Amino acid sequence: MMIEIPMEHGLILAAILFSIGLAGLLARRNVVYMLMCTEIMLNAAGLAFVVAGARWGSADGQIMFLIILTMAAAEVAVGLALVLRFYRQFRTLDIDAASRLRG
Amino acid sequence: MDLVFYLAAAVAIVSSLLVVIQANIVHSLLNLVVSLLAVSLIFFLLGAPFVAALEVIVYAGAIMVLFIFAIMLLALGPNTIAEERSWLGKGVFWAPAMLSLAVVILLSYALQAGDTRLPGGAGIPPKELSLKLFGPYLPAVELASMLLLAGLIGAFHLGRRQPREKGGKL
Repeated sequence: MMIEIPMEHGLILAAILFSIGLAGLLARRNVVYMLMCTEIMLNAAGLAFVVAGARWGSADGQIMFLIILTMAAAEVAVGLALVLRFYRQFRTLDIDAASRLRG
Repeated sequence: MDLVFYLAAAVAIVSSLLVVIQANIVHSLLNLVVSLLAVSLIFFLLGAPFVAALEVIVYAGAIMVLFIFAIMLLALGPNTIAEERSWLGKGVFWAPAMLSLAVVILLSYALQAGDTRLPGGAGIPPKELSLKLFGPYLPAVELASMLLLAGLIGAFHLGRRQPREKGGKL
């Protein structure tokens, strides 16, 4: 069940997804959206690992993806707990509300 | 089979774009699920069925449920979407889109590697992955478990009510 496309196409797809996530992270002001864009970027990084692993016929790329997956799960758990604290404190989800570092 | 890859890639790109530009947060989440499912299909086509299954279970399942619970707990008011629209003015996406386009162009240029096709064949079976994961990569598994425990404790600590908050009592 393996395809025979050029490897660059997979890597360029990963680059495009990463850049979409990056653009969202730069443009949005809502904290939850910023977390979602981080998820897109982490997923794109994992895709690059799996494509490279498929190219060399090695399981190492998939293992790196598993580690990224674990990291994303832990990051989302802590990040969403921080979002809940943030909303309780400031009554908004605007990240600019935290720019005074008083809180 | 190659066509399926390009279709899945198009679905992933379009749904990720929709995640970024939409104002309704639940719609964005559902689009993110579609994007993750498309990437999972790509993993399957790349000969990584175990990772594809984990992508569906952990990313599209567990992490998205976590997001939905967080949005539910936030209990955002009725004018959230209007506020989000006001944050998304006309010029907001201009500079980030240009920067990201530059990143894509540079990466596409840097990734030109001649004629390196993916090898085809049966892909990597889960057995090989597991043997490696619990062989030379065993310290990484232990570190991942410690990371998850730290995340759990951190989320619990951050999520409980603080004594000085209104209505909170420890």
